[in-house]
Amino acid sequence: MAATTSVTKKATTPATKATTKAATKAAETKAEASVTPAVRTSVTMAQALNAALRDALRDDPSVLVFGEDVGKLGGVFRITDGLAAEFGDDRCFDTPLAEAGIVGTAIGMAMYGMRPVVEMQFDAFAYPAFEQVTSHLAKLRNRTRGRLGLPVVIRVPYGGGIGGVEHHSDSSEAYYTHTPGLKVVTPGTPADAYSLLRDAIADPDPVIFMEPKRRYWTKGDLDLPVRTEPMDRAVVRRPGTDVTLIAYGAMVATALETADAAREEGWDVEVVDLRSLVPFDDETVTASVRRTGRAVVVHEASTFGGYGAEVAARVTEQCFHFLEAPVLRVGGFDIPYPPPKLEEHHLPSVDRILDAVARLQWEEAGA
Amino acid sequence: MSPGELLPGSAPIQLVDQDGRRVADPAYGCPDTGVLLDLYRSMVAGRRFDRQATALTRQGRLAVYPSSSGQEACQVAAVRAMGELDWLFPTYRESVALVTRGIDPVEVLTLLRGDWHCGYDPHAYRAAPQCTPLATNTVHAVGLADAARRKGDQVAVLVFIGDGATSEGDAHEAFNFAAVFAAPVVFVVQNNQWAISVPLSKQSKAPTLAHKAVGYGMRGHHVDGNDAAAVYAVVRQALDDARAGGGPALVECLTYRMDAHTNADDAGRYRDEAEVELWRQRDPVERLERLLLAEGALDEAAREAVAAEAEESAAALRARMNAEPELTPGDLFEHVYAKPTAHLHRQAELLAHELSEEA
Repeated sequence: MAATTSVTKKATTPATKATTKAATKAAETKAEASVTPAVRTSVTMAQALNAALRDALRDDPSVLVFGEDVGKLGGVFRITDGLAAEFGDDRCFDTPLAEAGIVGTAIGMAMYGMRPVVEMQFDAFAYPAFEQVTSHLAKLRNRTRGRLGLPVVIRVPYGGGIGGVEHHSDSSEAYYTHTPGLKVVTPGTPADAYSLLRDAIADPDPVIFMEPKRRYWTKGDLDLPVRTEPMDRAVVRRPGTDVTLIAYGAMVATALETADAAREEGWDVEVVDLRSLVPFDDETVTASVRRTGRAVVVHEASTFGGYGAEVAARVTEQCFHFLEAPVLRVGGFDIPYPPPKLEEHHLPSVDRILDAVARLQWEEAGA
Repeated sequence: MSPGELLPGSAPIQLVDQDGRRVADPAYGCPDTGVLLDLYRSMVAGRRFDRQATALTRQGRLAVYPSSSGQEACQVAAVRAMGELDWLFPTYRESVALVTRGIDPVEVLTLLRGDWHCGYDPHAYRAAPQCTPLATNTVHAVGLADAARRKGDQVAVLVFIGDGATSEGDAHEAFNFAAVFAAPVVFVVQNNQWAISVPLSKQSKAPTLAHKAVGYGMRGHHVDGNDAAAVYAVVRQALDDARAGGGPALVECLTYRMDAHTNADDAGRYRDEAEVELWRQRDPVERLERLLLAEGALDEAAREAVAAEAEESAAALRARMNAEPELTPGDLFEHVYAKPTAHLHRQAELLAHELSEEA
């Protein structure tokens, strides 16, 4: 399992100049997720997640938080910091190191009326639980004609950009989005981190909650508890008229940064934050692309067969007569996740996204 | 607990021998005659149900049927040993166990008839859906047991697996979690000695499967799985201990799969008829019948009445299974999520449109 020191060194790519300083500072001082007073103005995503778990544990006695190192240590990313001390070992506890066991026992607990929230330590360490997730967690409601609903949340820190060694940086969302019966959600901001996690825990269906770990230390100005849009809705993070960037998770901040840079090139870029990968909010996405006439889908995951392919296909099907150019995808290369010193070449950057925007047949349209 | 206290005995626990004679055991007393009569009646009914299900497969009424023939003592006695509030986690081979639990046999056979995956309400019977992947049900069982323990409920869980499933990683994780959490769960391993065509000797080098328990810090019991009295006594004690906070246990029931893996399998390709014949002489139903007849608890008239009752149930099942099930394709979209998504709603409309075109 990973050493925590390896994951906190690198500064995040902030969304705006205002957060640059805060993010750098947070990266230098490591996460400070231990205290969550009721009201706060500057909150990291890690703190927001911690607060959401704390409030869910407080509000609903059936909520249980468990996984590897989530007890005394508070998780390798400190997302569960202080919960075992506050709520006791019966509500927040460590398990043996076995992911199928964690998800499998969560299923049994949910059958008995609990609402388990389990942590997979890293994206790639969730794979041993794959059968439990795909064959059981996703299907039990259907298999029993709705008699066995499983309100289980599986938290998966995912994606790269943290300088992690191998098996610590996968973008594994497509494995889950391709499995009917699961909901798949990923926040791009601290406010959404809190609100979406509360929604996920309250949801009657299993939710794979993908946490963009490189944004754990990104700060947002908000008062906790905060509630944002409902879990199944995408939002327009930034309105624009020329092109829609469709992003989620860590790439929301990168897309917003791209929008800033694009302004200098003369493009007014709209950014849609999907938030929920399953179900997919066709309405918000379609409305945006019909307005702008151009779309680029951005994600960290390998492009081939990735979630962006589904988005591109849906947008093409529903916006064909509004499109000025083919829908493009900007994703990671179709390679195993690279070693940390090379990952910057793999991850979608502002420049690579701008290049895609530039390829959207502007001259033809103007001619 | 010291390793010695966790270890199974040197021979399988037996309370009634092959000839139907009582055997004294230092740790377990034989169940009352009333219990034995109930076990006998349930085993006769279970065996008749099993034969009926096999016949339904030949008639094309079931897609497939994995027979329980020869394993009636394990399935019937273990289920009868359960408390009212206890939960059962079966696999695909436990149709007889589920019928014994009181579930409508048509609902039990829904999976194999193929009109839905699980036909019964798990909460109504405290019985999970039948598990087709191997050993994945063991971790669910541990989770439910541990949830009950955390709530302070007096509930134990019984989970069935076979000898082959003990090789799966999930079985290992379940044994370990159960022991670490002190979850009130009893793993009943029906060692029928064949995993489709793979014999136990290629599955495990453990002295017995019950010995596996010791490595997890859990009690292992080795039982004659064709002795309903022994299975009942040992499983009942294990469930009582688990409910009382004594932690989990593994009960290996040594038995034999008399039929092929399923109707689709040809056991003649991999095992000798002589071995099958040997086990035919150890038949669990006849063994208990001999005891009850010899001790006067059962006479010929009562024996015939039990058989007639089983015959009647089988006839009723046959009649009901011969009716075409009502299929509602629109239901395919109903229970994917608590509330169908807009996306699924559109796909449901597409299917409804296709069906209306066909009509």
